[in-house]
Amino acid sequence: METIVFYVFSAFMILSALMVITVHNPVRAAFFLVLTFFSSAAVWLLLEAEFLAIILIIVYVGAVMVLFLFVVMMLDVNLAELKKGFVKNLPLAVIVALAMFAMIFMVVGGEQFGVQNFAVPERHAADYSNVSALGQLLYTEYVYSFEIAAVILLVGIVAAISLTLRRRPNTRHQKVEDQVAVKGADRLRVVKVESQPRKHTIDNAEVKK
Amino acid sequence: MVDLILSIYEIPIINILVKIIAILVPLLLTVAYFTYFERKIIGYMQVRIGPNRVGPRGWLQPIADAMKLMFKEIIFPSGANKILFTIAPTLTIATALAAWAVIPFGAEMVLADLNVALLYILAMTSVGVYGVILAGWSSNSKYAIMSTLRTAAQVVSYEIAMGFALVGVVMAARSLNIGDIVAGQSGSIWGWYMWPLLPLFVIYFISGVAETNRAPFDVAEGESEIVAGFHVEYSGILFAIFFLAEYANMILISIMAALLFMGGWLSPFQGVEFLGLGSSFLAGSSIVWLLSKTAIFMFLFLWFRATFPRYRYDQIMRLGWKVFIPITIVWIYVIGIMYYAELAPWFIKG
Amino acid sequence: MNFVTPDFMPAMPEIFLLSMVCVIMIIDLFLKDESRGATYVLSLIALIATAFLSFSNFSTESITTFNGSFILDPMATILKIAICIIVVGVFIYAKDYLKDRNMYKGEYFTLGLFGVLGMMVMVSAGNFLTVYLGLELLSLSMYAMIAMQRDSIVASEAAMKYFILGAIASGILLYGMSMVYGVTGSLDLATINKAVSGADRVVMSFGLVFIILGVAFKLGAVPFHMWMPDVYHGSPTSVTLYIASAPKIAAFAMMYRLLVDGLAGMQADWQMILIILSVLSMVFGNIVAIAQTNIKRMLAYSTISHVGFIIMGVVAGTQAGYGAAMFYAIVYAIMSVAGFGMIILLSRAGFEAENIEDFRGLNQRSPWFAFVMMAIMFSMAGVPPFLGFWAKIAVLQEAINSGFLWLAIVGVMASVIGAFYYLRVIKAVYFDKPTDETPIQASMDIRLTLSLNGMAILAFGLYPTALITLCISAFA
Repeated sequence: METIVFYVFSAFMILSALMVITVHNPVRAAFFLVLTFFSSAAVWLLLEAEFLAIILIIVYVGAVMVLFLFVVMMLDVNLAELKKGFVKNLPLAVIVALAMFAMIFMVVGGEQFGVQNFAVPERHAADYSNVSALGQLLYTEYVYSFEIAAVILLVGIVAAISLTLRRRPNTRHQKVEDQVAVKGADRLRVVKVESQPRKHTIDNAEVKK
Repeated sequence: MVDLILSIYEIPIINILVKIIAILVPLLLTVAYFTYFERKIIGYMQVRIGPNRVGPRGWLQPIADAMKLMFKEIIFPSGANKILFTIAPTLTIATALAAWAVIPFGAEMVLADLNVALLYILAMTSVGVYGVILAGWSSNSKYAIMSTLRTAAQVVSYEIAMGFALVGVVMAARSLNIGDIVAGQSGSIWGWYMWPLLPLFVIYFISGVAETNRAPFDVAEGESEIVAGFHVEYSGILFAIFFLAEYANMILISIMAALLFMGGWLSPFQGVEFLGLGSSFLAGSSIVWLLSKTAIFMFLFLWFRATFPRYRYDQIMRLGWKVFIPITIVWIYVIGIMYYAELAPWFIKG
Repeated sequence: MNFVTPDFMPAMPEIFLLSMVCVIMIIDLFLKDESRGATYVLSLIALIATAFLSFSNFSTESITTFNGSFILDPMATILKIAICIIVVGVFIYAKDYLKDRNMYKGEYFTLGLFGVLGMMVMVSAGNFLTVYLGLELLSLSMYAMIAMQRDSIVASEAAMKYFILGAIASGILLYGMSMVYGVTGSLDLATINKAVSGADRVVMSFGLVFIILGVAFKLGAVPFHMWMPDVYHGSPTSVTLYIASAPKIAAFAMMYRLLVDGLAGMQADWQMILIILSVLSMVFGNIVAIAQTNIKRMLAYSTISHVGFIIMGVVAGTQAGYGAAMFYAIVYAIMSVAGFGMIILLSRAGFEAENIEDFRGLNQRSPWFAFVMMAIMFSMAGVPPFLGFWAKIAVLQEAINSGFLWLAIVGVMASVIGAFYYLRVIKAVYFDKPTDETPIQASMDIRLTLSLNGMAILAFGLYPTALITLCISAFA
């Protein structure tokens, strides 16, 4: 049963990954990438790494790809322009790609990293929690790396803000705190008007003019 | 005969299917009547009567609506991508319903007792935004794409605040399993997490309203500006599915608020000495408590809609990024301090 | 699980710097544009204090903490101090340049400090993970610093080019690391070093090639140098100053950590690759530099050739060789920061002294700075008695000692070719008529620092033993 699930999701993953690079429309390519993420999350679930699987979906599928899709949707990607020189460079690209593939296959292929070289991982007990196992490692053994990763994210925030935020001198801003602090008296003045009898004569005279 | 039925029920797949049906059918019925109550309640709030023509007091109105939508023609806009156009509502409803798989209705009444249930729900709601994006993009309509941009930005932004609010809950309960989180609140009404996590509770629910694109955060639909938002081109059953998903999500947010912050199925009378209530049947845990608490939040959704004018878009973004996220982050520190001080009755180290 | 709270003391400089950056960032938020100087002063204080903390942390033996992900040894301490001091110089030079071009923002300094933190992490990295994270922290800060001049098309192009190529290089580096991890089963450099002999040769060499490729990109060795001229040229000079100086020291440290600390068992393999990189860099860098008229591009190619020399020191493969390479890296950073400092000195609002022509007749405008320029150029060319000469001598000597005589000969030939374009600049400074008569407008602190910098090149050149012994003792 598990093997079947594994093969189904692996097949999905490989196929959709292939589609990402072959499909013409960039938006569709992005959607296929989402599918790839989903399938790999499923494979992770099979490895009893449920935390990683779900974080993959939340972060990559739920946030990163959404923003990515925006960019792709908003940009008018000119496919003809992108394809220019594709045929011309194709032979060289194919040769390089094949050479790379052969080399990587030689190295990664069955001999070194084949299944026979590794023992079957132990199944965890039912109360095994991937979350606490990960947390314990992250906050003890890898705490230094963890903190640096946090600093990298901070730099990312600083960089993104400093690149996009620019104050133009003449823009008008709303001061929300002023808007919130406003009171009825600031906006509305209640004027006491003494009541007095109508002056018909003047009104009529004005109308006649 | 009974034995036969019981033995069929023992087959795992059948068992699961029966449970799924047992969750989905009441859920869909609730959705149907939720729309009815929405119109009624808002009607009364605005000194109107609301639907009263179909059936006694208008009780059959949702059924009639459903029938109408089902038999209407599905219109594909010209230039629309038909496959994606139909996938979009399917994706929306699939994620909206899939999230219910991990919702427990009692200490043992849960379909999938996941260790990371809370994250799973977050994942499902965040994937739900794809339905909106797909719908907007495949409709080939400018109003739809505008609404898509608004919705996606809004949902992604509020997800952060919501996620941080949930981090507070997880810190308090030291578990991502919803059953454990409810169990952590037992003792008395003071044990509910809404007290130590009050700011997070408020932020969670408001973010929930924003996540489901409901008033006053419904710029995604913004009738006065962009007609009806991402589903402007949808008709018939496809539109009905979007509608269904939105209401299912509202109920999901409500039941989550009840489970995470208000003790779920625990009775508010638990541990009350007054009049011996604490030992009476009222103190027992029951699904009735869970459902009534959920109903309160569902009512809040409607109340908001009848009360507040729509937010302007930049105000929504400001509220999410500049108010909610900082508050949640600060409160996570506060929880850390409370945890360190072993503040009773919530943070006693086990 | 038995967990011992790690010893935080060895990492005190990093912890202090990080806290300072956060404080500076928050303070900067509340500053008006007129009082931005406070950020600048605070950044300088932070750097100097970090250098002091590193100094007080000095220990002759190697200490590891955080489960092996942090190493404190003499090399780490010396390089950290060098990085801090050089970045102090960078900030001083950059200040007025930024002010004149409306780029005087706190982010330049905070990102610069984050970059320093990244370099420090790289310098004392104890496992693959920290090497990579330090590298990313540094690179990300640099990408952002280059791109900060948003209205400039060349700067944006430089940032994009650097970002994309840098990301590919990081990916390749990671791939290589994953291969090594696959066969040795560890990310820890010390553990990997022990496991190398028993590991599969094919996979290890594959991983090694990829790792060296990533390192060579960061150093800018030929044939992975393509980004350097464009990035150096396109970035605002204030940023070129930064990316051309201290990061090379960190890249040297990264090379040392990965190849010597981690993969010493494969020395024979990486020596071969490094020899090729070294020869290509020295020859190619020096020859192409001749054709440049833009001094920033010329310095970029000169950097490429210097990188060849740094690699040559590592090729030697002895303790003394690593010491010589480290000495060369520090000397290079001192010269490079001075060279770009000269460009800033001659630039002013609305004018970039980017071309060699802009240096014509500098002698008539300011004899003193003409002399400083001459010192820098002679030092880069390796003319005695300036500092660069000793650096070249040290590296060449170690290469000969390890039996790479022909490599040393190639190095000498390349320097002779290189001397041509350095001398061309000196000729422009002393023998050409000035095309630009405006007096130098730089402020006092730049003049002072640049003079000190030039003097350091001369003084250390006259008395080189102290610095050389220090560098060599780091590896003893």
